[in-house]
Amino acid sequence: MNYFPDEVIEHVFDYVVSHSDRNSLSLVCKSWYRIERFTRQRVFIGNCYSISPERLVERFPDLKSLTLKGKPHFADFSLVPHGWGGFVYPWIEALAKSKVGLEELRLKRMVVSDESLELLSRSFMNFKSLVLVSCEGFTTDGLAAVAANCRSLRELDLQENEVEDHKGQWLSCFPENCTSLVSLNFACLKGEINIGALERLVARSPNLKSLRLNRSVPVDALQRILMRAPQLMDLGIGSFFHDLNSDAYAKLRTTILKCTSITSLSGFLEVAPFSLAAMYPICQNLTSLNLSYAAGIQGSELIKLIRHCGKLQRLWIMDCIGDKGLGVVATACKDLQELRVFPSAPFGNQGAVTEKGLVAISMGCRKLHSLLYFCHQMTNAALITVAKNCPNFIRFRLCILDATKPDPDTMQPLDEGFGAIVQSCKQLRRLSLSGQLTDQVFLYIGMYAEQLEMLSIAFAGETDKGMLYVLNGCKKLRKLEIRDCPFGDTALLTDIGKYETMRSLWMSSCEVTVGACKTLAKKMPSLNVEIFGEGEQADCYVEDGQRVEKMYLYRTVAGKREDAPEYVWTL
Amino acid sequence: MEVVVGMKKEKMEFDETELRLGIGSTKASEEVVRKRGFSETENHDDDDDENTTMDLMLNLSSKEASGEVDPNDKIKNLQKEKTLLPDPAKPPTKTQVVGWPPVRSYRKNMLAMQKSSTNFGDESEKNNAISFVKVSMDGAPYLRKVDLKMYKSYSQLSDSLGKMFSSFTIGNCESQGMKDFMNESKLMDLLNNSDYVPTYEDKDGDWMLVGDVPWEMFVESCKRLRIMKGKEAIGIAPRAMEKCKNRR
Repeated sequence: MNYFPDEVIEHVFDYVVSHSDRNSLSLVCKSWYRIERFTRQRVFIGNCYSISPERLVERFPDLKSLTLKGKPHFADFSLVPHGWGGFVYPWIEALAKSKVGLEELRLKRMVVSDESLELLSRSFMNFKSLVLVSCEGFTTDGLAAVAANCRSLRELDLQENEVEDHKGQWLSCFPENCTSLVSLNFACLKGEINIGALERLVARSPNLKSLRLNRSVPVDALQRILMRAPQLMDLGIGSFFHDLNSDAYAKLRTTILKCTSITSLSGFLEVAPFSLAAMYPICQNLTSLNLSYAAGIQGSELIKLIRHCGKLQRLWIMDCIGDKGLGVVATACKDLQELRVFPSAPFGNQGAVTEKGLVAISMGCRKLHSLLYFCHQMTNAALITVAKNCPNFIRFRLCILDATKPDPDTMQPLDEGFGAIVQSCKQLRRLSLSGQLTDQVFLYIGMYAEQLEMLSIAFAGETDKGMLYVLNGCKKLRKLEIRDCPFGDTALLTDIGKYETMRSLWMSSCEVTVGACKTLAKKMPSLNVEIFGEGEQADCYVEDGQRVEKMYLYRTVAGKREDAPEYVWTL
Repeated sequence: MEVVVGMKKEKMEFDETELRLGIGSTKASEEVVRKRGFSETENHDDDDDENTTMDLMLNLSSKEASGEVDPNDKIKNLQKEKTLLPDPAKPPTKTQVVGWPPVRSYRKNMLAMQKSSTNFGDESEKNNAISFVKVSMDGAPYLRKVDLKMYKSYSQLSDSLGKMFSSFTIGNCESQGMKDFMNESKLMDLLNNSDYVPTYEDKDGDWMLVGDVPWEMFVESCKRLRIMKGKEAIGIAPRAMEKCKNRR
């Protein structure tokens, strides 16, 4: 089969970068499999329980970068009880033992202990990049170990993690000769940090391009930091609370003028009202703006700021911007590609934006391809208009705060609206539904959503047919997550072979029974079928006819996992 | 005003019967609705928006059968086929649904933390569309009241105050003096010359010099105004002097 020597093929493979392409290469023939595995440097594992760490290390000895995802997506919304799993320690241990030259570790929704971080920091001499997203289980002590021991650290990026803050001096643990930092994000840390240590760190990091601070960094320190790092491209401001008459604020306004490289701005976890004018000079360069945690900014100020941001491609904001504000976005941000509008009152169900804001956006921002929109209500007419205006959606996630709300104008379900979206947006890969929905919407999805990879459903549908339309129709489906829908055993068991083609299926508060799950698990040994309730003992599920509260199944070559807590029953 | 009350009444009935899977008690969500209504009317000058909001409410309430509707029936109406909901008594009205809306717990916690710590956000939500404060001027026989929300800037306020109290002062120079006072850059000169110092009592009960903070911030925090005679303003003026020095 080989017409070329291995070295030539290796060289060609160097140009093949994407995970799916590399996976395809390895399937061509035995020698390609062999060559590919020895040259593979980056591996992405979407479900950490789909393969064992030992097997990973055995197959890819030259591994440099590993991405791992742990808990199911609905864990974000408190639907997965504590202690379910997703521990990173065994992975780090296996990598360390086999002397893999790990340089980058990216984790999402995993449990990361201080021990893991310490082991990580001591085991890999060339370790460069640690990215933790929505993880938990570690403290600032673990961060101190990483800071102290990773001599060539370039990136420490902590996004939305629950970190226990021991108010230690973790930042001071970066040694004086550490000058390699390119990216530092500690916005999610709740505690104080050593400001002096931070300033000195920034001063000796000439390559620093991305810096996201937490709320403990005051404005005067921010100003001094910006003076030291005018080359910054991505800035996250923690605290912007200050006296508008102060010298610090005046100095800041001058310093900001020098920051001409900043294209991404975020944070404002604390903000003095009416102080955003200081940011206007850099707004024209911004391609990314994330004010979704800036609860202190009033809608009117937000709108004023955004008017200056003509080059914006990504915008994350809160719904206090209102429909009118979205109209301003539509006029000002013609290059907008990704929009996320979060609810400022997630504890209620009164959103501040409606279908009107979305329609306005769709008329002005024709390049829009990713949307996450929390709103008060939606209409079919609006969705149909949006589908027509923006046929390029890749991700479309709509969340109506009142989960089963119909179209308020017609009192009809939103089937037609979402149907229009899937029909028009032929590249749609991710879809989240809400509002009143019947089986009809799933018929549309099965028929039209040919590229769909991930679907999230809640409080929707009427019969098993709904789920079956999706399973039969969406050939590229990888992740399906369903909550509070009337789908039961028939839907689950009709096409069990389908689940081997998918990464995972989540069903909670549906009509699936213990017996059906058992049947499925028996027929499909390549799947792990886990059922669990609200932290109860697993043996409360005695009768086959009993309804299952939560079921999570996923394909795996690793067999039943050993680290499941008592309340998880792997069938 | 009667119409507004009428709207609210109808909305209330609708709220009781509407199927809600949201969180919170009747009162809480109603307050939120009211607040939103006010903030919408505050920001928008055109009547169209007000009408739209009200029309929306009208439509919804008229489509509902007047009087009580069994929430269970409502669920069954929503789902045309035989309902497969396991427990008919489960979802209705205001029960809290775990994990809905789907907002990351991290984000929810951050928001909760911020809401409890920032004062300005909460205060401004509670404010009405009007803000009358008492204005006293030393030596005047009676006080006046002004609606701070009627003005958009310090100079507008000082114009108005000047007109209001001109009959108690000697000629125009006094009101002119007060106007100039609002202008920060002339502060130092005026402290030496002017007889009158405009001050206000803020939310914390402190007496502050008018003009230091942005207008909107001043409106939020001002409880009453007092135009003091220069001699009595010694307690305040030195602070103002200090602020001037810092500014230089």
